[in-house]
Amino acid sequence: MIGFLFSAVAVLILCGIAVAGVWALDLKVLFGVIIPYAAIITFFAGLVYRVLDWARSPVPFAIPTTCGQEKSLSWIKPNKVDNPTTSGWVILRMAFEVLTFRSLFRNMKLDYREGPKIRYSSEKFLWLFAIMFHYAFLVVLIRHARFFLEPIPGALVVLEHLDGFMEVNLPFLGLGLPAMQLSGLLLLGGVSLLLLRRIVIPQVRYITLASDWFPLFLIIGIALTGALTRYVVRVDVVSIKEMAMGLATFHPVVPDGISVWFYVHLFLVCVLFAYFPFSKLMHLGGVFLSPTRNLPNNTRERRHINPWNYPVKTHDYHEYEDDFREKMIEAGLPVEKEMSEPEPEAPVAEGAEEEDK
Amino acid sequence: MKLFTILAKHKKAVLKKWLDSIVESYPQETARFLRNKKDQFANPVGYTIEVETEHLFDLLMEGMDREKVTPYLDRIIRIRAIQDFTPSQALYFVFALKYIIRHQVAEEIDSDALEQELVDLEASIDMMALVAFEVYMACREKIYDLRAKEIQQNAYLLLRRAELIVEKPGKDRIEDNAN
Amino acid sequence: MAAKTPSPEVVGQVDHHPPRKGWMDTKPEFKPGNYLYAAQPQNLEGVGLANPRTWNPLDDDWQLPADWKGTVREGIAERLQRYRSFKLFMDICVRCGACADKCHFFIGSGDPKNMPVLRAELLRSVYRGELKTAGKILGKMAGGRKLTEDVIKEWFYYFFQCTECRRCSVFCPYGIDTAEITIMARELLNLLGCNIDWIAGPVNNCFHNGNHLGLQPHTFKENVEYLLDDIEEYVGVKIEPTFNRKGAEILFITPSGDVFAEPGIFTFMGYLMLFEHIGLDYTWSTYASEGGNFGFFTSHEMMKRLNAKMYHEAKRLGVKWILGGECGHMWRVVHQYMDTMNGPADFLEMPINPVTGTVFNNASATKMVHITEFTADLIKNDKLNLDPSQNDHLTVTFHDSCNTSRGMGLLEEPRYVMNKVCNNFVDMAPQVTRENTFCCGSGSGLNAGEYLEMRMRGGLPRANGVKRVHEDKGANMLACVCAIDRAVLTPLMEYWVPDVDCCGVSELVGNALVMEGQGEREYNLRGEENPSYVPPPEPEEPEGEGEAEAGEEGAE
Repeated sequence: MIGFLFSAVAVLILCGIAVAGVWALDLKVLFGVIIPYAAIITFFAGLVYRVLDWARSPVPFAIPTTCGQEKSLSWIKPNKVDNPTTSGWVILRMAFEVLTFRSLFRNMKLDYREGPKIRYSSEKFLWLFAIMFHYAFLVVLIRHARFFLEPIPGALVVLEHLDGFMEVNLPFLGLGLPAMQLSGLLLLGGVSLLLLRRIVIPQVRYITLASDWFPLFLIIGIALTGALTRYVVRVDVVSIKEMAMGLATFHPVVPDGISVWFYVHLFLVCVLFAYFPFSKLMHLGGVFLSPTRNLPNNTRERRHINPWNYPVKTHDYHEYEDDFREKMIEAGLPVEKEMSEPEPEAPVAEGAEEEDK
Repeated sequence: MKLFTILAKHKKAVLKKWLDSIVESYPQETARFLRNKKDQFANPVGYTIEVETEHLFDLLMEGMDREKVTPYLDRIIRIRAIQDFTPSQALYFVFALKYIIRHQVAEEIDSDALEQELVDLEASIDMMALVAFEVYMACREKIYDLRAKEIQQNAYLLLRRAELIVEKPGKDRIEDNAN
Repeated sequence: MAAKTPSPEVVGQVDHHPPRKGWMDTKPEFKPGNYLYAAQPQNLEGVGLANPRTWNPLDDDWQLPADWKGTVREGIAERLQRYRSFKLFMDICVRCGACADKCHFFIGSGDPKNMPVLRAELLRSVYRGELKTAGKILGKMAGGRKLTEDVIKEWFYYFFQCTECRRCSVFCPYGIDTAEITIMARELLNLLGCNIDWIAGPVNNCFHNGNHLGLQPHTFKENVEYLLDDIEEYVGVKIEPTFNRKGAEILFITPSGDVFAEPGIFTFMGYLMLFEHIGLDYTWSTYASEGGNFGFFTSHEMMKRLNAKMYHEAKRLGVKWILGGECGHMWRVVHQYMDTMNGPADFLEMPINPVTGTVFNNASATKMVHITEFTADLIKNDKLNLDPSQNDHLTVTFHDSCNTSRGMGLLEEPRYVMNKVCNNFVDMAPQVTRENTFCCGSGSGLNAGEYLEMRMRGGLPRANGVKRVHEDKGANMLACVCAIDRAVLTPLMEYWVPDVDCCGVSELVGNALVMEGQGEREYNLRGEENPSYVPPPEPEEPEGEGEAEAGEEGAE
């Protein structure tokens, strides 16, 4: 639980740094321009470096985990998705894995304990929370493209429209809030539930490290400050777009009148981006490289090459025969070489070989 | 029996406490899994404990029967006998039931007659405990027996060829193994 | 009243509650029955493995070599460079816990360090603490820890408590395979001379004598001849196979356990009868007399050194292709490693079933075919004269071996064969079969006698699946296609489900085969009176033929 506190405090300190930097020290250029650029560079450079670093290690053996019938005899139907033999089916398997979290979904198990009544055991929540969180995150990310694009593409408008279908207004606050966005809700909900899961389930809590708590708190911080800027503080969207466009076109500007809460939000996002390549969040890239998933199960049909395959010391047949020649001859087993010294000729061996043929 | 009527009311609570007292003998991380995972194939230990404790409780209400109690106890003890427990840890759950029941119904024991019924019930649980010792020992003996037998089986043909096994081909040999 | 009553906790206070400590602070306690015996020095010397010495896991001092920390650090670094799997699996785990309750050892023992994620963390924490900057500086906070002798002891305890069954990898969203991590950890332990004798002994034997038990050539041959006598006695057919014969069409290789262990020998008799029945031109090798490969449980290099025998012998004998017997990890090695390590097998020919003409395209590179693929093809083409009623007293269920299920996908072939040679086949529940199958609890070299108690824990989920199908559908025979399974499921069943016996699929085939010129089949291959045997009233042959014809249709 030290990791839990450490991570929570770390995120609070990060918020404090942003507040202090912008509000007290007025370092708007640092927080609005330099840090965002640095974070983005770190993100992309780090991402590329990590993926290349993994890719630098070869895949000496083809070790797919097969989850269905192999392709063998023509009349036995193979399971092409879970036991693919061609790249096409591998791509489909990977697509299921990446887009639908198929392996996690396998956790959903029917429960027959109380008669035929079908219930699902609790693991479905992991899959559900994970899907919820990841897709919501994706939509939120895409939605933010509106700050960097002018004019805003039609597809984005459609997405926003769909996203805002809830149109939840909170009149009782008397603020005439903008439409509540589903993606934001799901993101915050998903990440909170993932956090809660780690707190509540002892076996998961047991394995959780500081590096698992930290990104969760960080993302919660991002979602909360984001919601704050949108629904409560009502930041100046026009100025922010000006700033974002400046960053995107490499003509950075720092307009006045942007709320400090926006800077906190931005700073946490920068931390997330910069932290990303050095953390477990790299599973985003890693999932594509996993040799148990991205290789076809055709190893008896096509030879997989190991680039560092080196010769090894073996015990070949001749050494073996040297060890056992006499006994082999006695037992009537064929040999390559006859007994050397004691017997002048060894017709036995020849005979044995002939006989066996 | 008035006590049984009272206990029937408390069945769910007693069983829950009993189950808890057993699963809590496992590490905390495991205990929740044992208690909550509802799939009998994915969680055979938790499932067995839950099902068999209920059988034992029902049997107690019906009247203790040595014959009937053995298979129920066997299914729990067979597991605990090979897990990382000392004999006392493996078997304490039988005794725990006494205290759980007493606690649960304490406030409703308001007459000497009822108290006597409770004492009788506890005697039944003691009997259950005695059977448990036998089951536990049988499981442990089985383990040693299997170890010895396995050595023979792994080199069966060599021993047979060396005439180190008294060989009775056919049924007899297999029956020996089954016993 | 309540006040006087002792609480349940009083009687329960025999330290049931494990200490509330982080996992890094909890050390395993070595006790007889929960650890495997250390490798004897001569077995390490025999194959040139590091640090041969007499030691015992109960010792305080494990006599690790000088600069063992450097050895481990370099060992990790080298493997990170060589294996993308290892490097990736060290980095991308998010500790979601999906694998946590998928391990048979966790389910059966309740030890949280048997959760696959934590087993991997045992190694990952050292990777972070010794090789990564963040881990070196922040230590525990970054999930890192330093190498100590206690860490090595913990590795020994837990990496020889993983059977490399890959069940966790089925459920991992990134396909992280604990088997892969265990393989690396065992390689590292071997750099320090910390192997177990049940693996080191067979490796040494296999290297020098051709098989795990160290049977010398003449003994191997005599053992087979002994089984031939049994076949003659129970079936009434005299079979004369050949050994080390040059020019045979096919080389047959199976785990040597089948030549001497019970009930593997009955499976072996099944092979002999099958090949005789179809008049196969094949030979046995005394040099490559081991299909299994305990080198796989030692290191990639040792696996290659032992596996080399197969191609070497096939080339020397000039056979066209290789047929492989029933074995689990042997088939993982043959299917996923052999051609890469010791190929290309360009001196062999495309495997073609000489009886049916079927071309085994799926083995066109490795040139090695699985016996149940081969048998299924024979039955499908109606080349076997079968009398499945010989197995009528059996209700057969099937244990999918981990390696052939999750490292190959051999699922339907054995089921097809069993359905043709038995009249009563029932499957276990889907949660415990096929890719979800539970390990026997003794794979990857853990089938040692001293480890029996632990194996009973690991095998509990498997036994539980069998118990269910026994109670619900009356299954009384657990068939399998693995030599280790045959050896270990027998005691496992005897402890958990005593009414269920264990056999190989080819034993069932042997019992159902109607051999040319056979005698009365009053006895099965085990020499037991066959309860399903019906003395023939007058004509004996038609019944068998009728069955064989019935087997013609109904392929799927």
